[in-house]
Amino acid sequence: MKTDELVELLARDSTRHAAPGGTLWRVLLPAGVVSAAVLLWWIGLRPDLAAALRTPRFEVKLLLNIALWLTATGLVLRLARPVDHPGIWPALLWLVPGALLLGVIVELFLVPSGQWWPVAHGSNSTWCLRLIPALALAPLVASLWALRRAAPARPALAGAAAGLMCSGLAGTLYALHCPDDSPLFVGIWYVLAAAIVTLAGALSGARLLRW
Amino acid sequence: MAWMRAAAAGDEPAYRRLLESLAGHLRRTVRFRLGRMGQGDLEVEDIVQETLLAIHLKRHTWRSGEPVSPWVAAISRNKTIDVLRRRGRRCESPLDETDEADLLAHDAPEEGAGQDLERMLGALDERARRIVQLVSIEGHSSRTAAQQVGMSEGALRVALHRSLKMLAARWRDEGP
Repeated sequence: MKTDELVELLARDSTRHAAPGGTLWRVLLPAGVVSAAVLLWWIGLRPDLAAALRTPRFEVKLLLNIALWLTATGLVLRLARPVDHPGIWPALLWLVPGALLLGVIVELFLVPSGQWWPVAHGSNSTWCLRLIPALALAPLVASLWALRRAAPARPALAGAAAGLMCSGLAGTLYALHCPDDSPLFVGIWYVLAAAIVTLAGALSGARLLRW
Repeated sequence: MAWMRAAAAGDEPAYRRLLESLAGHLRRTVRFRLGRMGQGDLEVEDIVQETLLAIHLKRHTWRSGEPVSPWVAAISRNKTIDVLRRRGRRCESPLDETDEADLLAHDAPEEGAGQDLERMLGALDERARRIVQLVSIEGHSSRTAAQQVGMSEGALRVALHRSLKMLAARWRDEGP
């Protein structure tokens, strides 16, 4: 086929998609609603949520997850287009594990050493490992679908960023159920759960996001 | 940039002019890149066409108001890397099995013609292929092409877009 003929063909195709950011929000919102519904009706909120909201450990846990969610979202939007540089977003993203590490250190001083393992192990660590990826599933599928429409220059990295974003979202939701608030618990189980989701995002990104 | 903006607003002639000028620009860039890497320029037109197709299908990732050339360069770089990677994979097959007649056939590609797209059109079903032919070679508008194949104009637009996406996906996943 001659290039002129291809140009003719392309010029006639008027189907045009929305910009990547808009697409992402439009699919992430319903997926987030699905995850929230699963939390409310199937997993359930913790009974002492109102009281917990006023304890610093719970606040830190919630804020760390929200911060992961937001900074990873910024990175995803940057990685969605081939021409954008990640800019300040990776640095902002690194602040989240930095803050968590700080929390862990403070907690090690506050908690007597004999209590470290019971506190870190918490009361439902395996649920944490299962439910965060479960809550991240619908948002991850949605955001990979949105990224397929976009044009990420580095597919695996974009998928990993989507995984981080979705584990932040899922962690935020799961935090409303989880009775373990210690940074020692968050530093092990939430991090492992986020690693699982991020790995899933990177692997599927490498396969699905090439264009 | 004015053309790109006009094209985004649905101005077909402006978009056609933009694609034409991009084709010339890409041809020069690709030839230069391949030359510098000692890769010859046998596949230049195919790479140009694959890149044009990618630019077209990803044009919604261009942000209105931003300069066009860095965006085009990013897409073109991505596609060239893709092509080289694919070619690397193909080079693993022993070279001496190549028929000499085959080599000669590839030696003089028709000026301005790509070989890949022609071959890949075979992957489309008959109606999709007919639509592509009507629009590209015979220059039909979507309205008159729709009359020719007996579909509604809306259905034809959907079919045309889907065919382009399929061609791009095949090109990427399997190579020509």
